Formats: sequence, structure tokens, C-alpha cells
Amino acid sequence: MKHRSILLSGAALLALSSAVFAEDSTDSMVIGLHDWSSQIVDSRVVGDILESVGDKVEYVTTDSQAVYESIRLGDVTLETEVWEATFGAAFTAALAKGGIVDVGTMDAVTREEWWFPEWDKEVCPGLPDWQALNACAAKFATPETGEKGRYLGGPVDWQMHDGDRIAALGMNFTLVNAGSASALWAEIAAASKDKRPIVVFNWTPNFIDAVYPGEFVEFPAHYDGCEDKPELGVNPKAAYDCGFPGNGYLKKAAWDGMEKKWPKAYAVLQKVNFTNAQLAEMAKMVDVDGMEPEDAAKKWLADNEAVWKPWTN
Amino acid sequence: MTGQRKGALALLTLAVVLALSRNFLPAGLMRPPEWLVWPFADWLNAAFSFCQNDLGLMAVTRFAASGIEFLLDVTGNLFYGKNRWPHLGPLPWTTFAITAGCVAYVLAGRRLALFSAGTFVWIAVMGQWEWAMQTLSVILIAAPITFVIGLGLGILAWRARWVERLLNPLLNIAQSLPQFAYMIPVVVFVGVGPKAGAITTIVFALPPMIRMTVLGLKKVPENVVESGLMSGASRWQMLVRVRLPTARNEILVGVNQVIMQCLAMVVLTSFIGMPGLGQKLLQLMQSLKIGLSFEIGVTIVLIAVTLDRISRAWAVQQPRHFERGTPWHQRNQVFVTWAGLMLLAFALASLNPWFSQIERSEALSVAKPIDAGVDILIRLIDPVSQWLRWFLITWVLIPFRDGLLWLPFTTVLCLLMSLGYSVGGPRSALVCLGFFGLIAMTGWWDRAMITVYTVIVSVTLAALMGFPLGIWGARSSTRAARVLLVCDTLQTFPSFIYLIPVIMLFGVNDVAVVGAVILFAAVPLVRYTIEGLRGVSAELVEAAAMSGADRRQLLWNVQLPMALPTIMVGVNQSAMFSLFMVIIAAFIGTQDLGQEMQRALSTTDVGKGLVLGLAVAFMGLMVDHLVTCWSETRTRSLGLDASKRV
Repeated sequence: MKHRSILLSGAALLALSSAVFAEDSTDSMVIGLHDWSSQIVDSRVVGDILESVGDKVEYVTTDSQAVYESIRLGDVTLETEVWEATFGAAFTAALAKGGIVDVGTMDAVTREEWWFPEWDKEVCPGLPDWQALNACAAKFATPETGEKGRYLGGPVDWQMHDGDRIAALGMNFTLVNAGSASALWAEIAAASKDKRPIVVFNWTPNFIDAVYPGEFVEFPAHYDGCEDKPELGVNPKAAYDCGFPGNGYLKKAAWDGMEKKWPKAYAVLQKVNFTNAQLAEMAKMVDVDGMEPEDAAKKWLADNEAVWKPWTN
Repeated sequence: MTGQRKGALALLTLAVVLALSRNFLPAGLMRPPEWLVWPFADWLNAAFSFCQNDLGLMAVTRFAASGIEFLLDVTGNLFYGKNRWPHLGPLPWTTFAITAGCVAYVLAGRRLALFSAGTFVWIAVMGQWEWAMQTLSVILIAAPITFVIGLGLGILAWRARWVERLLNPLLNIAQSLPQFAYMIPVVVFVGVGPKAGAITTIVFALPPMIRMTVLGLKKVPENVVESGLMSGASRWQMLVRVRLPTARNEILVGVNQVIMQCLAMVVLTSFIGMPGLGQKLLQLMQSLKIGLSFEIGVTIVLIAVTLDRISRAWAVQQPRHFERGTPWHQRNQVFVTWAGLMLLAFALASLNPWFSQIERSEALSVAKPIDAGVDILIRLIDPVSQWLRWFLITWVLIPFRDGLLWLPFTTVLCLLMSLGYSVGGPRSALVCLGFFGLIAMTGWWDRAMITVYTVIVSVTLAALMGFPLGIWGARSSTRAARVLLVCDTLQTFPSFIYLIPVIMLFGVNDVAVVGAVILFAAVPLVRYTIEGLRGVSAELVEAAAMSGADRRQLLWNVQLPMALPTIMVGVNQSAMFSLFMVIIAAFIGTQDLGQEMQRALSTTDVGKGLVLGLAVAFMGLMVDHLVTCWSETRTRSLGLDASKRV
């Protein structure tokens, strides 16, 4: 009996406190936008959902690495796409400094890896195997890499360790870093005109899937300790003798004050969950069909009420 | 003179000896030794974190920024309906076209009126209204603030010698610091968003305004001042009624520069959250929509031209007088027309939403033909560009880059000192040593050399194209006007748009980088060659022609030597533009200071960003020092009055 009353009063207290905190602040939340379409559209989707539960939302474009600093300072409230391989380092560093929280992982898995367009198979039939790729390295040679093949990696600040992998696997390739995602796309688009063989860094989901069909190179599978235990793996003397993890996480992140200031919105954000197919569809609406991100978000929301309505309860 | 030559020669010999004995040199002479590399970035970061956390400066800067934010919110609401006070907007696009047209009509007549109104019609019809308004809502706040602060500081610097002494080196550095270096501290102290964009823009556009104000005030002739004094003007009246109006021309150039700088920042500031045209341009480029980003580029140029012409016209307008007894509506004819048209615009907007805002889906677009054109062009010149890529990389770029990296840093320093010595004696030699010595001390020597190599190659190639074009353009005044118009357009056209086509032509490598930089570097070379050649006095040319010089002799022996000091100003600017563009070309993929700068921006590393920025600034300042020194000596020996040049 006594226990029960304590329990009851505890429950009452809980109910009371949640009632006090349940109202969201009337200030606008700030959502960070970056320069790839799926992120812009799903940010708009999340923004529209939050507005539908009565919150105010604003958008701000920021650098996709610098955004974690802005979230820590509270200048940006939330971020919808934290990719493991490219932003994992910046995100983890920000988590360690404090001020930012992990709001959960989505169903979508990301894959980031060396990638080739389908026309490469004509000159190098053994693809996607990495040893086959290595055997026809000369086909990928350019004036600046001499006899070696050229691998066009992502910007240096994405910290992919491609150079280490080339060395560890003894590949006949030279790493050239592109300066931005646009530079990678432009290179693929240019190569498509005369079907020049190329290998570039790429990831999924993104719009390239829909425009230029291709595949990821199959490297020795990723294993625990690939990055820091040289003795493991194909090359017993070097680390990084493996591919990237095939199923990287895609997380949501938020300013640590969000839960207090906009509890309702925070609860919604926790439930927000996209799949690969949904993200690819959003990117396609913008990159292939030429819709504006705002309109694409509206259309997606209209077409997928069954998906997102439950998130708002 | 001979002493100068001897000193230069001695330093040159030393440089050669160091290079030849490279294999026997101690490591400390090859690359800056550890004791010479100072942790400037750490010190700066410590200083910044002290200001940010201990002094609480962040609260102050953020408070100041909130003032600007309020203004931005007001324009934001009126222009594109941001959900802020006064909750009136967004105004229909027709009202902007009408207002711009009427303002331009009052200031400069029918032609500019049509052009200004046309600019807004283009923006609306192309479906860029909201983006353009987001951009304008920031520029229309940033530009006037820059004008007021710049004018104020300029007046202070003119009044008090010590202010000028203090400001001068600061302005020198500020003008040669790459834009990204400013942006990192702004992110920390102000945050991201339109306010950060506005503040970066103000900081970037301020130096030319201050400069031109000081210059203008200094040039006010004595007799004007005296006549002012004789009419019994007070100090305030002297300044506002006499000096500032007389200095109008220079101040005007300052205003023009402010507007150009503001628009130049439109794309770059979108990296720190400025919405609008720049942000959209980056997004479109990301999905390789060249045609659509080209349309945005055109809009930015049109806005620049409109704002520039209107501000010019405003500055030179004379007060208008009416005969006594002219009725009010006649005196204010344009105002009445404006009010009438505005009423009509609101009426139309309420009848049909097309007159309020044109949706993207209803917008016109010229993107398809442009994309097709670019596509055909790339395919067509692909064999040439592939050959050019191979040739430049194998025979020019890689050998030159490797050569520069092969040289011991002491050789480079001695070479530069020798160059300085021959231009301006021991003092210039020390200036060169100072600038590049500091670069060596940052520890970024190899990357700095790669930047130097890109700039040298670009400026040289740009000169090979720019000088002939300039000489050709200077032949007649109509041709000159046309070529200068192209120069103006290229200069205001956002440089980011070039990046994608050059990658498509040459791939991700140094040829693409150089290709993008050349377009920018050639503009000042062409401009100043034309201005230099056309500035040669007609009497001189005639005298030479009378003594029987043919066209070639005229050009080589008379016109070019006389124009050389002006042309060198072009070379100087070209080097400066290249330095800025090389940093931006990091988005193609480089291994120079720009790449590190990009990394500093994405990790918000203030100290590193500033150190890298200063390294770039020092290169620019050294070139500037050498060219100024050289051209002063040259002008004196040609018997031209140095003070006549700007």
C-alpha cells in the first residue's frame, strides 16, 4: 500500500513535470542545410513535420563539417544526416567536447567506397574485384599519375585514408584528392562523354545512382581493428588493408538544449527515420526531375503520410 | 644605381651557389629548421579562446550582431516574407521593378530606368525572386553600413595622422587576406546565418571605402578650402559642405567598390549560412546544373550593374530647380507616377498571384540550350583539351612545380632578396626577406611554394593572352569600351561557376586549377593595358609618327614604354586576383595553402585559418611592394608625374 502511494505520487510528479515541459518554445528552431540534395530535402521534410506540430523552423546553409561546431554553440538546432565515414570523425569530436547529442540512428545504411561507372567493365572485365582493378591499373593512368592508375578520392578533410589503403594493399594507383563533391561529379560527367575509364570515391544514397549507373569496388571486407591493428588482415604489416564498412550509420544530431526548449519537437526528431529508398527518392526529385527542394519535400509528405504521421504522436 | 646592381648580383650568386650545392647542404638550409617554425596558429588560437571564453568577448560580438540581425529581419520580412516584424512582406515583385525604374529615372533618365526595371523583371520571370531577395535583403543593409563606417574611418584617418598610420598596414593586410580567413572567426564570434554573411561582407568591403575617402579628402585643392574658409564656414560645414562634395569622385569610386565587393561575397558567404543566390548556385553546381547556375550568375551581374549605375547617378546628380509657381504634382511628377503604379501593382497582385510572386514551376529558363551548348563545346574541344592537359602537365606544370620544391628555401629567399635589391635597394630586399621569411616560419613552406607556382603559371599564361588582347582592344575607343565591358562582366560573374566547366574540360588536376585562375587573372591585365595605352598623350604619339615611326615602332618604342607603369598596376592586381582564386580553386582539388584553408574552415580552426590567410597576404604584399617601387622609379625616369596616377 505504502509502496503504491509512493509509486502513484511519483507518477503524478512525472505527469506534472512533463506537463510543465511539454510546451515547446515559440522561438524558431534552426535546421542546417548542406550542399547535397537528399539532405536538403529531408531537412525540409523534418522542418515541415515540426511545423505541422506547431513549431517554428528556419533553415541555414552551413559547411557539412563545420555544422557540428555550430550545433554545439546552439546556433544550429539539429542536423538530419550524419554519415559515418565522412562526418563520423567531426561528430565524435563534437560529442566529446559536449553541447551536442546523438538523436538516434536511421534505418538507412550508407555505403562509401571506391566506385566505377559501368563503362569501366568494357576495359576491365574483372571488376568489381579489387585485384582485377589493380591488374588493369594502367587503363586508369592520366598524365599527372604517369604509369599508375589514378584514383580520385574525396576532399582531404573527409579523412578517408585512401593513401594508406593503396599502400597496404600494394596497389598500382596514385591518390588524387578532389576538392569538393562537385568536383567528383564533374569528373564523372566529363568521363561519361567519351566513356573514359575512371575510379572515384562515391557513396550511396545520392543522385549519381540514378544518372550514372555503376558499382562499388569490392575490397577485402572491413573487420574490427582494420584501422589500428596492422597484424590482422590481408597484409600483416600494415593497417587499412580493408574496404570501408559496408553499412555505415546515418544518424541525427541535435543541440543538447533542444530537449529542454522544444521537448515535443525533440520527441518527433527521435522517431524520424528514413530508409535508403526514401532518401534516394528525395534526391531524385531534385537532381533528376528538377524540382525545388521545398516542393519535393511537400510532395514527399503528401505521398507518404502513412510513414510520417505516426512520428508526430 | 651600380651599387644596387652589385648587391642584387651578389645575392643572385649566393642563391645559385646554394641551389647548386643543394645535395651537400645541411637540412636546416633546405627547409625551415624546427627552431624557425613558430607555432603562430596555437598562439592565435590561445588568444582567440582567451577573448572568447575569459574576456567574454563573444557575448559582446553576438550582442552587436543581434543589432544587425534586427535590420536584416526587417528587410527579410519586406523582401521575401521572413516571419519577423513588421510582418508586411513579401512585397510583390512588380513593386520592386517599379520602384527601381522610378528611382533610376529620376537619377539618370529613361535608359537606366528601363535597365533597372528590366533587371527585376528578369529575376522574377526566371523564377529567382525569393533567392535574389534573400541576397538583396543582406546587401542593402551591408552596403550602407559599410559606406557609413568607411566614410567615418576615412575622415578620422584624414584628420589624425596616427589613425592613418595605424590603419594603413591593417588595410594592406585586410585587402590581401583571402576571404575564407575572415569567415572562420566570424563563425565563432557571430555564428552562422544571414548576420554572419552581412558582417563578413562589411569587413571585406570596408578597406576600399576607407582608402578612397582618405584619397579624396587629401586631394581637395587649397583654393577650394580657402574659398570655403573665406565664406566663414565652420569646421563641420567645411567637412560636409566643402571637402566631402569636392572629394565626391573618389568617394564615388569607393561606393562602386563597396557594391562590387558585396556582390563578390554573395557566393562565398553562403558557406557560413548566407541564404539566397549564392547558396542556390552552390546547390545547383553540386548537381552539375551548369545552365541554371549560369542564370544565377547573370542575375548577380545584372544586380551589380544596376546598383552600380544607380549609386553613380545618385552621387553625380545636380539639384533640380523649378520655376516659381509650378504646381506640386508637376514638381513631383515621378513620385505621383510611382504612387499610381504601386497602387496598380498591389491591385494586380491581389487579382492574380503571378503579379505577386512567380513560382519556380511557372518560370522561364534558358538553362537547356546553355547546357546543350556547353556539352557540344566540351565534346568539340575535347581532343584539344586532352592534348593541352597532357602537354601542360608533362612539360610545364610538373617540371616547374617539382623544380620549385627542389630548391632549398634559402635559395628562394636569396632570389627574392636579389629581386628586391635590384628594384628598390637594400630596403626592398629586407621587405622581401621579411614577408617570405615569415611564410617560412609558419611551417607551410611546401604548400606556399605550390601556391606560388600556380600563381606564377597562371599570371604568365594570362599575360600571354591578356597583353595581345589589350593591345588589340586599345586600337579604337569603341573596341576599348567593348572589351572593358567584357572585363567588367567577367569580374562580377561569380568565379565558382567556372569551376565545373574547367573540371569537365581538364579533369581534377592542376590544369583545371590554372584554367580557372587564368580567366580571373587576365581581366586586370587586359583592363590596365588598354587604359595604359589609351592614356599615352596624343601629342607624343603624333610627334613620334611625324618623325617617321611606323605602327610597330610606335607601339614598341613609344606607347608600351610610356604605358608600362600602368600596365604593371595590372600585373600587380592580376597576381592579387590569382592568389584569391587559387584559394577558391581548392574546391577543384589542390595541394596548396587553399586546401589547408578549406580544412581550417571546416574544423573552424581560427588560428590556422588566419596563419594561412596571412601567408597568402604576405605574398600579395610582396608583389605589391615590388611593383609599386618599380613603377615609381620608372614613372620618375619617364618624366611623368607620379601624383597623377591613382
